[in-house]
Amino acid sequence: MEDIGNLFHGFAVVVQPYNLVLMVVGIVLGVIVGVLPGLGGANGVAILLPLTFSMSPTSAIIMLSCIYWGALFGGAITSILFNIPGEPWSVATTFDGYPMAQQGKAGEALTAAFTSSFVGALFAVIMITLVAPLVASFALRFGPPEIFSVYFLAFCSFVGLSKEPPFKTVASMMLGFALGAVGLDQMTGQLRLTFGFETLLTGFDFLIAVIGLFGIGEILLTMEEGLSFRGKAAKINLKVVIQTWKELPRYWMLYLRSCVIGCWMGISPAGATPASFMSYGIAKRISKRGFNFGKGEIEGVIAPETAAHAAGTAALLPMISLGVPGSPTAAVLLGGLLIWGLQPGPLLFTEQKDFVWGLIASMYMGNIVGLIVVLTCVPLFAAILRIPFSVIAPIILVLCAIGAYTVHNNTFDVVMMLVFGVVGYFMKKTNYPLAPMVLAIVLGDKAEESFRQSLLASQGGLSVFFSNALVSTIMTLGLIALFWPMIQSGLGRLRAGKKGVRVAE
Amino acid sequence: MSNDINETGGAGPSHRGVEIGVAVAIAGLAVIGIIGATRVGTGWSAEGPRAGFFPFYICVAILISCAVNLTQVLRTESDGAVFASWSQINKVLQVVIPTAVYVSIIPYSGIYVASALLIAGFMKILGRYGWSASIGVGLLVPLFTFVAFEKWFLVPLPKGPLENLLGY
Repeated sequence: MEDIGNLFHGFAVVVQPYNLVLMVVGIVLGVIVGVLPGLGGANGVAILLPLTFSMSPTSAIIMLSCIYWGALFGGAITSILFNIPGEPWSVATTFDGYPMAQQGKAGEALTAAFTSSFVGALFAVIMITLVAPLVASFALRFGPPEIFSVYFLAFCSFVGLSKEPPFKTVASMMLGFALGAVGLDQMTGQLRLTFGFETLLTGFDFLIAVIGLFGIGEILLTMEEGLSFRGKAAKINLKVVIQTWKELPRYWMLYLRSCVIGCWMGISPAGATPASFMSYGIAKRISKRGFNFGKGEIEGVIAPETAAHAAGTAALLPMISLGVPGSPTAAVLLGGLLIWGLQPGPLLFTEQKDFVWGLIASMYMGNIVGLIVVLTCVPLFAAILRIPFSVIAPIILVLCAIGAYTVHNNTFDVVMMLVFGVVGYFMKKTNYPLAPMVLAIVLGDKAEESFRQSLLASQGGLSVFFSNALVSTIMTLGLIALFWPMIQSGLGRLRAGKKGVRVAE
Repeated sequence: MSNDINETGGAGPSHRGVEIGVAVAIAGLAVIGIIGATRVGTGWSAEGPRAGFFPFYICVAILISCAVNLTQVLRTESDGAVFASWSQINKVLQVVIPTAVYVSIIPYSGIYVASALLIAGFMKILGRYGWSASIGVGLLVPLFTFVAFEKWFLVPLPKGPLENLLGY
């Protein structure tokens, strides 16, 4: 009951005019970021993060999280109208969204997509409201070994759930840890891995990495593919919206299933992209009209959009309750907390009530505002995409450079950004996932700290990670996740063996 | 190894070669990391694990995974897939080179002048726009960022001789 009081208090914080304005600004910027190729949720938030250094943390998180909601909404616009996913999680939306637009049903498709996004996000926010305080109060009892085991589980899930080759995921993740370790050692105060370069004293900032890897890298990829945008006209009016809304309640079962898939995938660091594909795949198999999927079926828009938004929102649950972000964007937000001087983790719920409940309340409000903004302004956002890439690309480059500079007011960071950009291009082309690397740079110090503190307590024995039921369970889950690809193929072989079927090698 | 991005045809460096190059480069970084870690000590001291303890094992893990990745690439026959065609690489370089020039002149010219040159040049040469459009956009965007950052957000960005001349 106390939580409901807190939530209302959070709403009171959010509806202050200043915060409301920030919310709308955040949503609009977010949609633009989501629509433009080369700018995504993660690096959009990273570029704008330095502007919030002087704001109060609550106002800052409201604006930045709204950029995130906006980016989630924005991805659908380009998918449906242009057949170009603005964000990786809206790839599955193109399958049926674009055919619908080709048949002149762009309005229906957009309305369905936005409404589904809203429903998915709302479901996830309600879940966060109910579950996050419980998780946080449970996690308050965690000591260093337990905290490390949670990090361990998060990183192992990346290896097990990612569709990239496991050893490439490990390599990229460990590279992130190594980059994060450069500079001052938090525990001994010693400098390490700097090789005498003064510029490396402060280490590699993850914001620079995010802007480079996701921003510049993405522009290089877009350039290579030579995209030209030829979109369908966006016509959306109140009549279409209301007609579509009348139809949507019929699909309540589909919504529920997509929401659950999304939340589940969002909490584990698999994230929104696999959630949207999984939801689409399952919907196609179960639906009576599954044969029509891919030819412009409204269910094929609802399923991935609901799941992607539920996952994107649910990714914030482990971030606010445990301090472990579920997605790259959540990682950037978590980095923001550190910069504003807040300690992410379970203590937030007791020490920073205004902040946490303001954030949760802004999730409700932000999604309502977002739905209204995107429904009313679609043609405007679609017009942005008609600006040729040769105009947009240099402007995005300039924005990235400004974002990278403002992190530390350092021009060397701008050079590093370009280096990260080229690295990101090569890594992406050779299937090294970037998300685990970014997460490792952000969490490296904290993971290392909890690891070393645990070892200190045990005098160097690894047995401390199996010293009680809780930590052993989490570690075991982590190990299962780590070896999941092997376990899966092992099980598959066993099953095939039983049936006496020879597995073709 | 399937890669659906590269089915555009045209000659170019082989995907296999780049794959090997990336693995070797990451392994190289790991070796540098190991050297750096051993310099500050990887073992135990009175107050627990030394500063190089964690990075050392991280870099060992990188080396192991790079070894696995390398053997996997080397074991598979070359399927003739290209990393990107030369014309695609050309396009990428058309962005990388101007951006490299851009970031290297920022400390001297300030970010506004450099941005104006980047945008105008990019539009004129790659976008084949006329001079008026290129210069127009090239001037408007930095002007807008100037007002936004220096006046509204009060975040100073790097400035050069031109801004000094104008009294900023």
